[in-house]
Amino acid sequence: MRSNSRYFFAGVGIALFLAGSAAAGDSDPQEFTQIERGRYLAILSDCASCHTVPGSNQPFAGGRAIETPFGSIVAPNITPDPETGIGGWSDDDFDAAIRKGLRRNGSRLYPAMPYTAYTKMSRDDVQAIRAYLNTVTPVHNDVVANTLPFPFNIRASLRVWNALYFIEGDYKPDARKSAAWNRGAYLVDGPGHCGACHTPKTLLGGDRTDQYLRGGFLQGWSAPDITGDTRVGVGDWSVEDLVAYLKTGHNRVSAATGPMAEVVTLSTEQMTNSDLNAIAAYLKSLPGKQDHPQALPKENPAMVAGAAIYRDQCSACHGLDGKGVAKLFPSIADSPMVKSDDPTTSIRIVVRGARSVGTRAEPTAPGMPSYGRQLDDTQIAAVLTYMRNSWGAAAAPVGADDVARVRSDAALRPD
Amino acid sequence: MGKNDSTRLHFHRRELLIGAAYLTLGLSKAHATVIVDHLPWAPNAGNPPTSALPGPWMFFTGDEGRAIEALADCIIPPDPQTPGGKDSGSAVFIDRQLAGPYGRQYGLYVRPPFMKGTRSQGHQSEKGPAEEYREGLAALDRTCRAKFGGKAFAELSDPDKDTVLKGLESGELSPDGADGKAFLAMVIKDVQMGFFADPIYGGNRDMVAWKMIGYPGSRYNYLDWVSRHNERFPLPPVSMTGRAEWTPQTR
Amino acid sequence: MAKRLPKKDVVIIGLGWTGTIMANELTDEGLEVIAIERGPWRDAPTDFPPSYMQDELRYRVRHELFLRPEQLTFSFRNRIGQTALPIRSWGAFMPPNGVGGGGVHWNGEMWRFLPSDFVLKTHLTERYGASFLPEDMTIQDWGVTYDELEPFYDRFEYICGTSGTAGNLRGKIMEGGNPFEGPRSRPYPTPAQAQPFSHTLFGKAARDLGYKPFPQPSGNLSQAYTNPLGLQMGPCTYCGFCEWFGCSNYSKASPQTTILPYLVRKPNFTARDNSEVTRINVDKSGTRATGVTFIDSSGVEWEQPADLVVLAAYAMFNVQLLLHSKIGRPYDPVANSGVVGRNYTHQTVSTVNGFFDSKKYNFNPFIGSGSIGMCVDELNGDNFDHGPHGFVGGGYMGQVQTGARPIESTLVPPGTPKWGAAWKTAVRENYLSTVKPGAGVHGSFYSYRDIYLDLDPAYSDRFGRPLMRITMDLKENELKQNKFLTDKFAEIIKAMGADKLAVLYRTAPYDISTYQTTHLNGGAVMGADPATSVLNRYLQSWDVSNLFVLGASAFPQNPGYNPTLTVGALAYWAATAIRDKYLKNPGRLVDA
Repeated sequence: MRSNSRYFFAGVGIALFLAGSAAAGDSDPQEFTQIERGRYLAILSDCASCHTVPGSNQPFAGGRAIETPFGSIVAPNITPDPETGIGGWSDDDFDAAIRKGLRRNGSRLYPAMPYTAYTKMSRDDVQAIRAYLNTVTPVHNDVVANTLPFPFNIRASLRVWNALYFIEGDYKPDARKSAAWNRGAYLVDGPGHCGACHTPKTLLGGDRTDQYLRGGFLQGWSAPDITGDTRVGVGDWSVEDLVAYLKTGHNRVSAATGPMAEVVTLSTEQMTNSDLNAIAAYLKSLPGKQDHPQALPKENPAMVAGAAIYRDQCSACHGLDGKGVAKLFPSIADSPMVKSDDPTTSIRIVVRGARSVGTRAEPTAPGMPSYGRQLDDTQIAAVLTYMRNSWGAAAAPVGADDVARVRSDAALRPD
Repeated sequence: MGKNDSTRLHFHRRELLIGAAYLTLGLSKAHATVIVDHLPWAPNAGNPPTSALPGPWMFFTGDEGRAIEALADCIIPPDPQTPGGKDSGSAVFIDRQLAGPYGRQYGLYVRPPFMKGTRSQGHQSEKGPAEEYREGLAALDRTCRAKFGGKAFAELSDPDKDTVLKGLESGELSPDGADGKAFLAMVIKDVQMGFFADPIYGGNRDMVAWKMIGYPGSRYNYLDWVSRHNERFPLPPVSMTGRAEWTPQTR
Repeated sequence: MAKRLPKKDVVIIGLGWTGTIMANELTDEGLEVIAIERGPWRDAPTDFPPSYMQDELRYRVRHELFLRPEQLTFSFRNRIGQTALPIRSWGAFMPPNGVGGGGVHWNGEMWRFLPSDFVLKTHLTERYGASFLPEDMTIQDWGVTYDELEPFYDRFEYICGTSGTAGNLRGKIMEGGNPFEGPRSRPYPTPAQAQPFSHTLFGKAARDLGYKPFPQPSGNLSQAYTNPLGLQMGPCTYCGFCEWFGCSNYSKASPQTTILPYLVRKPNFTARDNSEVTRINVDKSGTRATGVTFIDSSGVEWEQPADLVVLAAYAMFNVQLLLHSKIGRPYDPVANSGVVGRNYTHQTVSTVNGFFDSKKYNFNPFIGSGSIGMCVDELNGDNFDHGPHGFVGGGYMGQVQTGARPIESTLVPPGTPKWGAAWKTAVRENYLSTVKPGAGVHGSFYSYRDIYLDLDPAYSDRFGRPLMRITMDLKENELKQNKFLTDKFAEIIKAMGADKLAVLYRTAPYDISTYQTTHLNGGAVMGADPATSVLNRYLQSWDVSNLFVLGASAFPQNPGYNPTLTVGALAYWAATAIRDKYLKNPGRLVDA
């Protein structure tokens, strides 16, 4: 009996740990605790980011176009409207969508809806989200969801894709690791679905699991490595640095911009400190690839030109020592993003400028001006090469053709 | 609400994921009009100056161009260390300025009636810089032709040119009865302005004027030099279009 | 027919320093606030980047950030009886335009006024007797004292992160600061800026002559700073492109760097830019404002109703709107009646340029901030006995050179030809070794019966409204003050080691084409007596109790200091009165 109790309580403990409070069962519109839990889980899962049109006051009403390598998909209406939303769905329908990738008629959802990550949530979690969504204002908004070009519009092809890339099932804690680590892993791989952006994809759009969280490319941005790699990941950041970044959008090194700015305001800014600490601890525990490239010598022509541009222009904000000003101008000297293998984001920021995120704790939202007109491709490549190889850092040089490619790709983007 | 309502988002291209920003497509400035909830933002924002491109005169006629170049070289004569007003581009500078908004008195209050005021009431003429140059240069050449046997200002010897300028300056020479002093003062101001302005405007070619005086140009960070007193600042000047060292020197 | 917008609790005319301060205060009360700004939105990364901000021609010579006279200007004459003519192109001052107003492109000089400045009439009469003052001088007490304003001076200094050295800390005179300043409750939020070579040299020369020099209090910060609203500012990098220019790296205090990012996030705040308020609307009784009428960039007329109207459009435009809206009795200098337009003042500035031996001195003069400099205050206000001198007032003096942009800083010693080989050689030799303080003598400008503002009878603006007319000249008192100070200033420049001086006094007549700071004040002054003031001591209109008028238009006369710190402090003072008193019990805060 005693041993059974121990397992029972451990099981409950893990369930409690995963769910945050007592599990309920099916969604109950009157159950405040469940609705609150669901609201928080919806924040963790960042549902609003895809299902709400930015700037609209109609949360979850769908209609936002999501760019994928295969074309665009429009996120559906998940308000409880009975005709155009999910008001008419059963709890089982909802659970099958989130955790199995199945639509009500049995056809498959595109993995732009990250069911491959959400599968890690428990049924109780998903019911809580349902309970919360049931309380959201119903909006009549008929969204046409199937907008991918042929042959991707054939959902049946997803059977093959799922066979390759979808591993169904709740999160299984690693008993050798701490509760906090497991919580972090659950958050990152489950509702947080960080890998959707930060893990590179195969040609078919599935995760390259051997490069787990080592950086990805999407929607014209490069998402950086977020493993514990000390050169290009978060290995040199303290847990406090990471928590500050997620909670406020800024830390002593870097600032969130582009799609990550939205992740901060809609999701991570509203996470509890203990969850943020868990995510930080987990990410830092992941071993990085720990490459050791050779730094370019100072006499290299690109380095010399880059040093001149840096001194004359960039140092105005980022400082003569590359360290910037904490929470105002990122520290180029300390930034892992600057040394990323994929320099797309750095190039974008220099060419087009960028606005960093403004949050309650850090409202300044400083902006980087656009240099795309003053500097040509060769010059931008030179100054980025210089920044990647100075102040003790080393990374592959950036070429003028890289810059040209990003310039033309981003040219028609509005962000 | 007014026409410029930026509170609705326009999805012209459905495959684009728009960041958390109030935008309509195709804008190059941070468009505002109604500011609510967050600071306005647009990519590629900003309004850099337009470069004065080399080429034929945009405002001056051939005669006027010759006269202005000659004036520029009198006002800033060439010497072995630094080019003069003509070679450094002051005449080009003035030409491009007069062809642009400055010449047209753009943005100034040009409503009538135009009355002659006291000196302390400032410029009250209907004529802007464009007309003043046109008239002034024509009058100058007419006066020179009358005084120097049919030669326009640009055709005079250097000492004769200086004599003419001194005459304008003292008031002895008043071309067509107009205010020669004021005309000369305007030309001196503009020639010297072109000499010291950023090269993007056509003068100060290759930053020769800045090199002459030791001005480092459009730099922004002197934190490491504030407290270095009485030491020569060693870095070369840089303009808004950069400097030669910005481009990698590959053999 | 104007289109009517939904009512707001508060409408603020203008989104510069005072509009921003008031908007932030009143939104904290939960009020629905809308600010309407004539000019465009602007911000550092989008409008003042370091890639092209350092453009002297565009921003200093053609003053691109400023209001276009075509959009709105004034007419000017020296004396009653002359015909005023329009200011067709700016000269003596440059009115601001756009979000942030003058706060975007100001120098950042942050001076408190002296305690005696606020009770000037009483103080001078007591010390020197009424007959010592010129008969036509109309100086007045403010209705508020330095001690009452001190907490608000402190507040605005901390919002801006002001860099300075305290001179009087709670009554204790501190070494290295201004010994004449009124007592401050705490030190400056950041230390004084480091001083370049010539500024340091001036300090030494002044000290040797017996003065007590101190660093100019600066809104260009000496180090990174997080202000009370959580906004981050960076350290000033001495670029030398400060006044006339926006700051590229978040180190100059402006509404954009100190308040706006925090304010804009609030759901109860909205701003409209490119919209010009043409009238404050008043009900039939004439004692209650109902809102404003404005015209957007498409020429469409709108009406914005509100319960409370805050006029924060910059001193000159405040007075103009009051005149056009027929609020308050317009001032008539001949009959000596009325108040709107009365006690208009400017600033009495001059300078001395010093030419040094280029073989011995290299000042790297291009290194500077807008508010750099070592200053002396011995000759300001009533800090010295005026009895032997026959004038009142004074100013601070200092080597306050902000940089050396070449178009206007390639000076040659007096006697050098203005063109030719000799000119060129002189420029080459003197650029790095010339001291060019700018407004090295920054003196008071007291108020007079016949220096005032009213509406022009002949010229009108693009809406057909009469231009506001400036009648202004320099009086004997200010000219004497300036001569005295400038000669003293010249002594210090000489003592620095200058070989040659160019002493440039301020001379009459007042010239509308020569720049003399944009410190225009008065016209809607505050005071204790509605017969001689437009506003009570809380900047509330005596006539329309739900109208407050912020800005230097409230100054009854101008002391020998830059106005902005006092303008901001008064805005906080008025905002506090609104929050603590007016909102609880709307109506007159002071009995007439």
